[in-house]
Amino acid sequence: MTGSVLDLIGAACQAREATAADAVDGVTTQVVASPASTEETSALLRACHEHGLAVVVRGHGTKLAWGTPPERVDVVLDTTRMDALVEHSRGDLIATAGAGMPLARLAAHLAEGGHQLVVDDLVAVDRPDGPGGSTLGGAVATNLSGPRRTWVGAMRDLVIGVRFVRPDGTVAKAGGKVVKNVAGYDLSKLLCGSYGSLAVITEVTVRLHPLPEADRWVGTSVEPDRLAAVLAEVVQSQEVPHAVEVRVRPGVRPAVVTLLSGTEAGATARAETLRDRLATLGCEARVHDVAPPWWGVLLHPGQRGGTPVPDGSRPVLLKATARLSGIPQLLEEVTAVQGTATGSAGSGVLYVTLPPGDEVHDHVQRLRSVSTRLGGSLVVLDAPPQTKPGLDSWGAVPGLELMRRVKQEFDPRRTLAPGRFVGGL
Amino acid sequence: MTSAGSRGSVTEVLADLRGVVPERQLLTDPSELDTYACDGLAAYRVRPALVVLADSADQVAATVTACARRGVPFVARGSGTGLSGGALPHAEGVLLVTSRLRTLHEVRPQDQRAVVDPGVINLQVSKAANPHGYYFAPDPSSQQICSIGGNVAENSGGAHCLKYGFTSNHVLSLDVVTPQGEQVTLGTEAPDAPGYDLVGAFVGSEGTLGVATRATVRLTRLPQEVRTVLAGFASTDQAGAATSAIIAAGIVPAAIEIMDALAIEAAEKAVSCGYPAGAGAVLVVELDGSALEVEHEYARVEQICREAGTFEFRMATDAAERAEIWKGRKSAFAAVGRISPDYIVQDGVVPRTALPEVLRRMGEISAERGVRVANVFHAGDGNLHPLVLFDASEEGATERAEEVSGMILDLCIEHGGSITGEHGVGADKARYMPRMFTDDDLDTMQLVRCAFDPEGLANPGKVYPTPRLCGERPRVVQGAHPLTADGVEVF
Ligand SMILES: Cc1cc2nc3c(=O)[nH]c(=O)nc-3n(C[C@H](O)[C@H](O)[C@H](O)COP(=O)(O)OP(=O)(O)OC[C@H]3O[C@@H](n4cnc5c(N)ncnc54)[C@H](O)[C@@H]3O)c2cc1C
Repeated sequence: MTGSVLDLIGAACQAREATAADAVDGVTTQVVASPASTEETSALLRACHEHGLAVVVRGHGTKLAWGTPPERVDVVLDTTRMDALVEHSRGDLIATAGAGMPLARLAAHLAEGGHQLVVDDLVAVDRPDGPGGSTLGGAVATNLSGPRRTWVGAMRDLVIGVRFVRPDGTVAKAGGKVVKNVAGYDLSKLLCGSYGSLAVITEVTVRLHPLPEADRWVGTSVEPDRLAAVLAEVVQSQEVPHAVEVRVRPGVRPAVVTLLSGTEAGATARAETLRDRLATLGCEARVHDVAPPWWGVLLHPGQRGGTPVPDGSRPVLLKATARLSGIPQLLEEVTAVQGTATGSAGSGVLYVTLPPGDEVHDHVQRLRSVSTRLGGSLVVLDAPPQTKPGLDSWGAVPGLELMRRVKQEFDPRRTLAPGRFVGGL
Repeated sequence: MTSAGSRGSVTEVLADLRGVVPERQLLTDPSELDTYACDGLAAYRVRPALVVLADSADQVAATVTACARRGVPFVARGSGTGLSGGALPHAEGVLLVTSRLRTLHEVRPQDQRAVVDPGVINLQVSKAANPHGYYFAPDPSSQQICSIGGNVAENSGGAHCLKYGFTSNHVLSLDVVTPQGEQVTLGTEAPDAPGYDLVGAFVGSEGTLGVATRATVRLTRLPQEVRTVLAGFASTDQAGAATSAIIAAGIVPAAIEIMDALAIEAAEKAVSCGYPAGAGAVLVVELDGSALEVEHEYARVEQICREAGTFEFRMATDAAERAEIWKGRKSAFAAVGRISPDYIVQDGVVPRTALPEVLRRMGEISAERGVRVANVFHAGDGNLHPLVLFDASEEGATERAEEVSGMILDLCIEHGGSITGEHGVGADKARYMPRMFTDDDLDTMQLVRCAFDPEGLANPGKVYPTPRLCGERPRVVQGAHPLTADGVEVF
């Protein structure tokens, strides 16, 4: 049977039989296909579409288990051979790269020109054979963003052009390589966070920022009842905080850490000013020139030098959002259910992990109702295989009917990641 | 899409709306209709069959529902300042004006959000937020009159979008009436609402995906310090070199604007802005943020400008001086009326590094064709606003100006740019879209259109030169899933 899938996709691109390690959130696949170009991606999708094969796109697979498990998978489309840096135009502060380009490698290229793509890779890992962590395409597909989203926004705010292949093999692009462009619909935004359910992104153009001369972090730990006041002070500061991160864990005082980037002298002085402001709130803060170990790390083991998260272990991981002034209350609720939360108090986005147990379902429900009441939402990004089926990953999604129609237009045969996205799309 | 022949009539829509929308808000008198015949691009004029002045989301929904039921096209309109004919009416359709929906529902500095109706004027949002230390960052030059609904539809920018982004970076959630008349909320006031980013798709869709009836927007903290610099140069080349050097120095100013000699002449005539005499170009740079960083950047910018050969360098520190510097720039479009009876405003974008080459080519085209072109541009992001000057009463002048205009757009596309940076495609530039996008690109964009508006009733004829027939599907090979030879249905 495996032979038949390989045969069906024929000469479209390099492909091999899948192994158990290629399963997508527990759903096994027959084949792993690795197109080396947009054209090969198109040939592959055309074949899959014609033959009714289900395709799930994979970069480094760091977030492949996020969302609902797909209904079925025949082909895993591996983007990692499309990893070229197409262009880094220094004078224009833009770069174009293949979807399979690892963010870490892109960062190294860009740094040579004094630039950066301001996206914090929450799942960065070093692998012996090169950079692990997110690929550019994966970062777009999940709309990845970390602490510094408070400064420049999320991935959606940085992508200015995409090249992609529709499920039937049609190659198209949207946007371009200039930062300012309103010609036609902004499909880049539609594809950001679409979890590979609408089209296969093969090339991405992003806007860049200059690397700052210096970064300073102002860290403090606060009594829970002071948290709201401290966050308000920092978030509304005119010292231009580039990130305001908060971390709460059971039995530990909440930490608030603010990033100020700029010139050596400027960043230091701004950090000291902020520290002094916090002192007037009775809060002892310190200026650091390194980030705390948990900064921008999605699943940090806990304490400095703590044991790494065991390979393959999958805690209940949630993304919970709220209006800025609601963040303290949301954190309180997280603490009440013995959860850990790290996230951007400056943007209203928290990543929460919950301890395993029978009550997970109720806790998710409870946090979801609080998030929703506070103007946000809650998504179950991941959970252990035995727990996940009992959880509603996405919750109620406003505008779902329109989303269904968008999916129907782009992918009427449900070739791409069937069942993985909201509402079982 | 409903063919023109099978479209229903506005009379039926009118009958449906009687009793739902007060009579005085339904305009049918030709002379009244004529006041709505064009937007800011007066070269195109169409008298609509009916104007509905809605004053609630329910009235918007009732109007759209009636249009959907009767198969009548509708066009949304805010303040009518658009420069691409986006709000140009449809002769057999309804013009749905949202400018009476003017409630500023909430300003919540603690959440950095404001909730506003679509007819609220852009500047009003900042005015309401200022006392709390906040403002609404997108600042089109028309901000004293344009509406948030129009900003959302056009994804409007402004001089400060270089640093702060466009409307789409500042809209979190929208209430919209879909072209089928449903009222839905897209997004949440917190970022990253689950599902497709339909807010992202709606912003910039130029009224072709429905009508926005409420927006939740981001408010930005007012900067501690603002410094505005005006530097006079002998040529746009010098001013352009200074711009490149500023960017290369790792500085992201809030704004970098350039005006050429002809644009300066016009501004001088119109508002006596007192720009440096004899300048071949002026560069306006605005720096904002923390006082310390601004101080540092200012020193660098001054040094760079002097190295690039500025002969006059001024700085504004207070709001009054700042307004003085901006006066010439912000009045530039209208000012051109002082030196030419007619003009076309273009909005092409080129990569910043291509600016010198593109400006040089534009100069050549202008000389070759004997058509004057004044230049005002957002130099920081390569968004040009060439003003093509002509006198329509002169034989063939209009055609020549249009030809030059088209050549400029081609030039932008040739250099990897865009035909529009902020004014939108509208009715005016739809025919240029195929020069920038392939048929497949345009077809793909219109899949979104089909999802929202399968009948093609929302602002038809805009943005896309050729409408996609919704429901038309490429031929697919039908058959059982290959892995289930017994033909079990697997999808
Ligand atoms: C002097 C001058 C300077 C300008 N400067 C700038 C500038 O610096 N930057 C810039 O970006 N633009 C600029 N513009 C263009 C224009 O002001 C903007 O495009 C503005 O956002 C249009 O707003 P409006 O309310 O006038 O919209 P309208 O012109 O009424 O409509 C514009 C489009 O929006 C749609 N629309 C309106 N309301 C809604 C709604 N509620 N829901 C759905 N669709 C809707 C219409 O159908 C139309 O397609 C300028 C215009 C002028 C006249």
